[in-house]
Amino acid sequence: MTVHEKLSMGQALNRALRDAMAADPSVVVFGEDVGPLGGVFRITDGLTAEFGEDRCFDTPLAESGIVGVAVGMAMNGMRPVVEMQFDAFAYPAFEQIVSHVAKMRNRTRGKVSLPMVIRVPYAGGIGGVEHHCDSSEAYYAHTPGLHVVAPATPSDAYDLLREAIASPDPVVFLEPKKLYWSKEEVELSGRPRASAIGRAVVRREGTDATLIAYGPSVPVALEAAEVADREGRSLQVVDLRSIVPFDDETVCAAVRSTGRAVVVAEASGFASVSSEIAARVTERCFHSLAAPIRRVTGYDIPYPPPKLEHIHLPNVERVLEAVDDLQWEDS
Amino acid sequence: MTLIGVDGRAVRDALPDDAALMRALQGLITARRLNEQAYALVRQGRLAVYPSSHGQEACQVAAAQVLDDGDWLFPTYRDTAAIAERGVDPVEALSLLKGDWHCGYDPYEHKVAPHTTPLATQLPHAVGVAHAARLKGEPTVVMALCGDGGTSEGDFHEALNFAAVLKAPVVFFLQNNEYAISVPLSRQTAAPSLAHKGIGYGIKGERVDGNDVAAVLAVLKDAVDRARAGEGPQLVEAHTYRMQAHTNADDATRYRTDDEVAAWVDRDPIVRLEKHLRDRDLLTDSLLSEMREAAEKKAASMRDGINRDIAPNPSDLFAYVYATPTTQLQEQGAQA
Repeated sequence: MTVHEKLSMGQALNRALRDAMAADPSVVVFGEDVGPLGGVFRITDGLTAEFGEDRCFDTPLAESGIVGVAVGMAMNGMRPVVEMQFDAFAYPAFEQIVSHVAKMRNRTRGKVSLPMVIRVPYAGGIGGVEHHCDSSEAYYAHTPGLHVVAPATPSDAYDLLREAIASPDPVVFLEPKKLYWSKEEVELSGRPRASAIGRAVVRREGTDATLIAYGPSVPVALEAAEVADREGRSLQVVDLRSIVPFDDETVCAAVRSTGRAVVVAEASGFASVSSEIAARVTERCFHSLAAPIRRVTGYDIPYPPPKLEHIHLPNVERVLEAVDDLQWEDS
Repeated sequence: MTLIGVDGRAVRDALPDDAALMRALQGLITARRLNEQAYALVRQGRLAVYPSSHGQEACQVAAAQVLDDGDWLFPTYRDTAAIAERGVDPVEALSLLKGDWHCGYDPYEHKVAPHTTPLATQLPHAVGVAHAARLKGEPTVVMALCGDGGTSEGDFHEALNFAAVLKAPVVFFLQNNEYAISVPLSRQTAAPSLAHKGIGYGIKGERVDGNDVAAVLAVLKDAVDRARAGEGPQLVEAHTYRMQAHTNADDATRYRTDDEVAAWVDRDPIVRLEKHLRDRDLLTDSLLSEMREAAEKKAASMRDGINRDIAPNPSDLFAYVYATPTTQLQEQGAQA
């Protein structure tokens, strides 16, 4: 039965975990503080009480061990969903992710697949202190064998997480911390809906230029489009949702329709997902472009202390400046 | 613990039964022959490299022989002989070193995980397989292999800790062969022994003479039984010696003396067991030649398999990265 509820992104993620656990007894959730506490962001709230300690449990405080144990459980018939407490606390697990999670299927010619999800509360904008605000998507996106997704709305959070848990491939699931409390009406079908992994979506139609964003930058892009509209410029907004696989088709069709594009992302711009987007869209859409693709990203600095993070994060002004820069005088 | 001394005499009671000892001898002879054959294949350019377990065959054979069919083995790169003893075709086991593909066997067929090269990273996987089995109510025990160098890696410690907290049925079996490539054990740890490393995690540690297959079988069998009975993870350190260099690309004369190596020749696991079985009239010349013939047959089959060139298929490079290749990989595969 399909129901509609107004949920925050955090609540939608919690619902997705509950529904997935109820639907499939092989789904297990574990990590640091995910048991009785429900996780530091309460995403796993109530799961231990509802499903028992075998299905949702606290582990020792060791991220490599968490991901490594998940690999073994996935090899032996389970679907682990593990939580890394914060983006920068996932780095101890990096070797397991790069050397095993990403490579096991290829290493064994498809004999051993690892249906597992690594949930990572990520990115900034919440006044977090050092090591709590990293945008680490490029590390994962650069590693073949991983799917990497980042929802920007509660509905997508629900659908993407259900799909990630059902996927035969490992998924790095990036949850924009600053959007945990954003609310919307969510359609809960009780089972996974049409595929969102690998499919970008046009969030706002527009004709003058295309803003390409994902995760925490989508609301920034939408707000910029709203302001631009009042100033007489029509901006289209594409929400990637899925960084890997990348939806070239939707992104390129959008850019071709406007002829101008700005990529918006919190992560530092150098050697980043945003540089990949600019490069591949340029390769594919060069003859449709009226101007070089601009990027509005975090600076190439370690994540700033809370009182200075507003300098680093893309905002409406910086996005609109970049849009102004798209060589309008030539057209 | 030692059960059979270097002179072949039993130093204690409670030896494995005669059939188990005869089976172990066949395993040792076969493992030694495969080690020699693989080494020769490297010199002939058929294998890129081979980390030999020459001298460590008692550990290799016992680790495989104490397991039931439903149990799992998690090997390192030096454990090809154990993989073969578990039943994997040596040709498939050597795919990694031949260069055809990373893992040449189906891990589920004999419940043997792929050879793992990054040290100790397979140990958390072993814990995960064991924990999943426990949740499913299956009587599986996981034999997780590691060397002395691997005990310095973080994943070794995280795996022991997780296994203990989860009461996972894992036997951590450390082959202390005294060297991590060139670095001696004294530079690896200040602990009195590697078995002591269990103490901090609440895991009982045992030490065993790694060149006495009877003792290794007895200690590992006991550990497997305890793990299966729900007593949680077990830690066993076997003291043995890597008779050859790290791989044939290594030069062991730069860090150890011939005298040191010679002293270990006298402790050879095969000589010792042969002597013991002959003294007890269990082994005859004809039985021994039958065993050697069986080993020779396996070596010949391995040699033929490794010498057979199969052209790896480039499209495989794109086929297994994901369950369904992405659009981008389909495009790249078409170009490659």
